[in-house]
Amino acid sequence: MQVIACIKQVPDTTQVKIDPVTNTLVREGIPFIVNPYDTHALEAALDLKDKYGVSVTVVTMGPPNSANALKKALAMGADRAILLSDRAFGGADTLATSKVITAALAKLQGEEEIGLIFCGKQTIDGDTAQVGPGIASRMKIPQLTLVDNVEEFTPASKKIRVRRKLEGRYERVESKMPALVTVVREINSPRYPTVPTRLKSFNAPIETWDNSDLKIDPETIGLKGSATWVSKIFSPEREKGEIVGDGINAPQEAAAQLIDKLLSKDVLSF
Amino acid sequence: EEKAIAERNAQYKNVWVLVEQTEGIVAEVSWELLGEGRKLANKRGSEVCALIIGAGVRNICADAFHYGADKCYLIDNPVFKEYRTEPYFRACCDMIHKHKPEIVLMGATGLGRDLAGAVATELQTGLTADCTELDIDPKGNLMQTRPAFGGNIMATIMCDKFRPQMSTVRPKVMQLAPISENPKSEIIEETVDIPATSIMTKVLEIIREKKGSSDIDISSTEFIVAGGRGMMSKENFSILNELADELGAVVAGSRMAVDAGWVSHTRQVGQTGKTVRPVVYIAVGISGAIQHMVGMQDSDMIIAVNKDKDAPIFEVANYGIVGDLFEVVPAMTKKIREAKASAQH
Ligand SMILES: Cc1cc2nc3c(=O)[nH]c(=O)nc-3n(C[C@H](O)[C@H](O)[C@H](O)COP(=O)(O)OP(=O)(O)OC[C@H]3O[C@@H](n4cnc5c(N)ncnc54)[C@H](O)[C@@H]3O)c2cc1C
Ligand SMILES: Cc1cc2nc3c(=O)[nH]c(=O)nc-3n(C[C@H](O)[C@H](O)[C@H](O)COP(=O)(O)OP(=O)(O)OC[C@H]3O[C@@H](n4cnc5c(N)ncnc54)[C@H](O)[C@@H]3O)c2cc1C
Repeated sequence: MQVIACIKQVPDTTQVKIDPVTNTLVREGIPFIVNPYDTHALEAALDLKDKYGVSVTVVTMGPPNSANALKKALAMGADRAILLSDRAFGGADTLATSKVITAALAKLQGEEEIGLIFCGKQTIDGDTAQVGPGIASRMKIPQLTLVDNVEEFTPASKKIRVRRKLEGRYERVESKMPALVTVVREINSPRYPTVPTRLKSFNAPIETWDNSDLKIDPETIGLKGSATWVSKIFSPEREKGEIVGDGINAPQEAAAQLIDKLLSKDVLSF
Repeated sequence: EEKAIAERNAQYKNVWVLVEQTEGIVAEVSWELLGEGRKLANKRGSEVCALIIGAGVRNICADAFHYGADKCYLIDNPVFKEYRTEPYFRACCDMIHKHKPEIVLMGATGLGRDLAGAVATELQTGLTADCTELDIDPKGNLMQTRPAFGGNIMATIMCDKFRPQMSTVRPKVMQLAPISENPKSEIIEETVDIPATSIMTKVLEIIREKKGSSDIDISSTEFIVAGGRGMMSKENFSILNELADELGAVVAGSRMAVDAGWVSHTRQVGQTGKTVRPVVYIAVGISGAIQHMVGMQDSDMIIAVNKDKDAPIFEVANYGIVGDLFEVVPAMTKKIREAKASAQH
């Protein structure tokens, strides 16, 4: 049985800015990292490899330099890495992204049975949390989102038990496999590559699949296959903050003024 | 081709809001969405309708009418007792196929994003995530504005060639509609045929978090008082605890405070901790490193107390006090106590 981890290479978003003149994203010189949630997804897969001997395949769709993300995954201990890269895949929204990834998973399924597909809860760039549910719905398999604990994994009976973390509550859920799981950070602490796995990953091949491998209708992928498009980007406006009172010389008064403001704005009410 | 799209789009009408409930408790964002849906429907000259799915949830319709729904589509069936993607997903898709709403809104909650992502894919339409602003453009299409890249940019997203236009909307952004004085009452009961045995998942248990338990989830609390290295010691956190008690707030910390052992690691805010979005975030003795700010900059209101007037935290703060926290924080607590006392008279 193989377990899949879907990972995405993303810009370190803490450094992304908008060019005020052209109103486009400034991406030059911004370092790329593996989407943090996806390192947890991979760790969850590797944990099953350690315990149950499943094989772990990592999949990413992206430009050729996304191979770097796959190298990191191999260094952490993944067995196989697939890069889905083709100009025709570019400019995809989540609908078109899940289409390509699902086609790749179907191909992998033909080679070895897939038990679970792990995704991150969301990415730190697109931030949508939609690709996981998109894949599950296309594959017509159960989706278990926001998982913070894989309680039981029983390959023989094809069952899994997980805990999901929602607003103010947890849910323990049992599901048949194959299933798609999205993970939150609390699920685990991703491992560091060991020297042997790192050395091995240097020479490990990365398989690249383009649309001649997947043969998807070009109208349904990339920019063409996307239902949404970005019509405008801009910097978030923030009302300029206000320094209240003279906190250095008159802290009591400044504190009182602040609380009065909160009361008058109904932020506080007693 | 454009004509074909226009003709197909014209078949879709009205704004739908999925009313999210677990164990009969409605998520507040659903009512906010009815308020927002009302505005959009007015601009489109159409109706705002509530979609209510659950087991024993008929009573929720009355609330939906109070919050402004013109109609309620109700699916009441034991198979929907707990939320599971599969049956909810099928019910939603069936209803949308049948009634063809032009716009479908869901809360950007764990449940809403789980459901919306699956539904939009099945319907082969677009879905815009976590919107903070919605409007109608001159051609009658939905303009969906949302933060991306960790809140560093805003994007306006269109889905003009596909229907329905679907969005998940961030809680606590849209205004609640005023309670309707002449609520409507039209309930349209629908059934969907989903054999319970065909569903591949089972909810074993729902565990509600207790307030005040040690691993309280700071990502879903409304008031947060966070301390940083400026607190100097664990003992000094007592002044934050007192302020927090008066506000009904939870105490959190920067990584410095967590690493020093003053605050538990489940309460760390930031890139390697939790992302929080409370109504009020009070940062005390926190400088405002970028790794901290990505975890709290979306809070509705940010208040900073810091003795360094150049601390970056003031750049994101709505209100700031430059001063010694050991003087300012107790003074805030004192003032709140006074305000409470006078409110009682
Ligand atoms: C500013 C901006 C706003 C956008 N808003 C929207 C929007 O509202 N709706 C929309 O449909 N699209 C939107 N997009 C496009 C969206 O970012 C892309 O479709 C992207 O390919 C996937 O979405 P995501 O990054 O949000 O992933 P998410 O859905 O957040 O990702 C969840 C998980 O899916 C897996 N995954 C995601 N992408 C890949 C990949 N390429 N390869 C392998 N695994 C992957 C990972 O495990 C990841 O953790 C937006 C893009 C930009 C630049
Ligand atoms: C990869 C990475 C991930 C990280 N993740 C996180 C994260 O998740 N969360 C996080 O918080 N940090 C994170 N950090 C650390 C971050 O870079 C900062 O080091 C940290 O946030 C600083 O904490 P601080 O503001 O409490 O301390 P400092 O930066 O030391 O600030 C203390 C502040 O207190 C003020 N002060 C001192 N005494 C007083 C007084 N008496 N009255 C008023 N003000 C006073 C000072 O003026 C100063 O501004 C991360 C760093 C890295 C590299």
